[in-house]
Amino acid sequence: MSYVGEIVHGIRTLLTGMAVTGKYFFRARKEIITQQYPDNRDQLRMFERFRGEVVMPHNENNEHRCTGCQACEIACPNGSIEIIWDRKVDEKTGKKKKYIVKHIYHLSMCTMCNLCIIACPTDAIKMAQNFENSVYDRSYLTKVLNKPGSKLMDGIDE
Amino acid sequence: MEEVKQITLHPQGRTEEYFINMGPQHPATHGVLRLLLTLDGEIIKRVDPDLGYIHRSIEKMTEHDTYRQIVHLTDRMDYLSAHINNEAVCLVVEKALELEVPDRVKVVRTILAELTRIASHLLWWGVTGMDIGALTTFMYAFRDREMINDIMEENCGARLTMNYNVPGGLMWDIHPNFQRRVKAFIKHFKTKLPEFDRLLSDNIIFRKRTEGIGVLSAEDAISFGVTGPAARASGVSCDIRKKQPYSAYDRVEFKEILDTRGDTFARYKVRIHEMWESLHIIEQLIDNIPEGDYQVKTNAVIKLPKGEYYQRVETARGELGVYVVSDGKKSPYRMKFRSPGFSNLSVIDHVARGYKVADLVAIMATFDFVIPDIDR
Ligand code: SF4
Ligand code: SF4
Repeated sequence: MSYVGEIVHGIRTLLTGMAVTGKYFFRARKEIITQQYPDNRDQLRMFERFRGEVVMPHNENNEHRCTGCQACEIACPNGSIEIIWDRKVDEKTGKKKKYIVKHIYHLSMCTMCNLCIIACPTDAIKMAQNFENSVYDRSYLTKVLNKPGSKLMDGIDE
Repeated sequence: MEEVKQITLHPQGRTEEYFINMGPQHPATHGVLRLLLTLDGEIIKRVDPDLGYIHRSIEKMTEHDTYRQIVHLTDRMDYLSAHINNEAVCLVVEKALELEVPDRVKVVRTILAELTRIASHLLWWGVTGMDIGALTTFMYAFRDREMINDIMEENCGARLTMNYNVPGGLMWDIHPNFQRRVKAFIKHFKTKLPEFDRLLSDNIIFRKRTEGIGVLSAEDAISFGVTGPAARASGVSCDIRKKQPYSAYDRVEFKEILDTRGDTFARYKVRIHEMWESLHIIEQLIDNIPEGDYQVKTNAVIKLPKGEYYQRVETARGELGVYVVSDGKKSPYRMKFRSPGFSNLSVIDHVARGYKVADLVAIMATFDFVIPDIDR
């Protein structure tokens, strides 16, 4: 290509590219996908399957579904879950039965792999859609999932 | 090598070689990779990659994890092909157990793998432009990649570390919105991909920075074990999806993209064409997802029979091999990942010699390294 030809060709390719950006410059409003994140917190809805952290739902009587079976602890690949359990006499049957003392969850180590949720036989835990987990100290990320004074729902068995 | 001659005509009649560190913290290395460059002026004499800054011993960790748990570790190798890595582990477990997964699983896996490939190539396209000095590409690529990330988030529950495959199938059935969203993406992306060409591929500055730079011959690509788009740009036919079809690749029609020039621009072109092919594969499958189960029941504790198993898949970067030695226990005796990034990195010294430092950035960009994949 001649010297002048190359200059013309160069300018033409530059203009082709600039036509693309120019198009967006004038009709950008239609294709904005940026979200004004902290300002739009109220409208922000995460997808229902989004994995944010492990939580244990309780009903209005402060009852949960966790029997303390430790299946989630075994399924967890990195030891994020620690189960402290004990046995006590069941009033109805009179037999000694396992119950959960503390379901300790280390959010700081959790990789959100969902294996514990799948492993739980009684669906006692689930994934919450919360993703704002920054805190000032790592110790805040160690949580006890069963609320103080909570007990097992009726009719749940291992 | 004319440049070398010019430098030897220095007024004092000699030049001195010197070393420079590129990385571990350098925007062009895309992660913590250190390249020790031996330079003569601006000409590269030697490149010594220094690895291990992000080594997490994933292979060792697999030796005391169960097969179910291993899957989620592979998310963290090549995080841009996370779904394909997961698939590789699941496939090797299924192969060892002689488990036939339902057609539905195969098709969904293939669609997601191709979406992953497009997402990975999109990110690569954005950062390649940025490495070479065109900042706009990054914004455009992320705009389109965001749609794929949304599909992944809705369907798999995470944007990057999906962990959606489990040995024997999928974690959940596909989301009701899945097909609609994928179709919307295909429609959208088909109008955007030609724009990419207009914006960057034909740009004179980009062409001058890439054409004839970092030429890799087919013989060298084979002898260094280079795979993926980087090898196909040199004319080496190595697409595992064609050679050893897994999942649903045997029932779709697609072309293996080959180029013969072997330079930086050829590697660029191959990836752009691969995005078209991926779209083509998804289009064939998205309306024909067979009905059926999304999982076959496996034992709670998976134990592979004694023996050795190997499975190859094609990630966005090349061939990923998973090699398992099982002694019949619930964890593998040894698990080895043959990652595409590691082998592709080995050729960088050979390819970059004689070019300038700025060319190395362009070469690195089109080899598309993901550092956690190299280190594991
Ligand atoms: S999501 Fe995974 S890493 Fe987190 S607690 Fe559950 S099993 Fe452990
Ligand atoms: S959360 Fe579920 S799996 Fe874990 S101890 Fe409680 S009942 Fe068992």
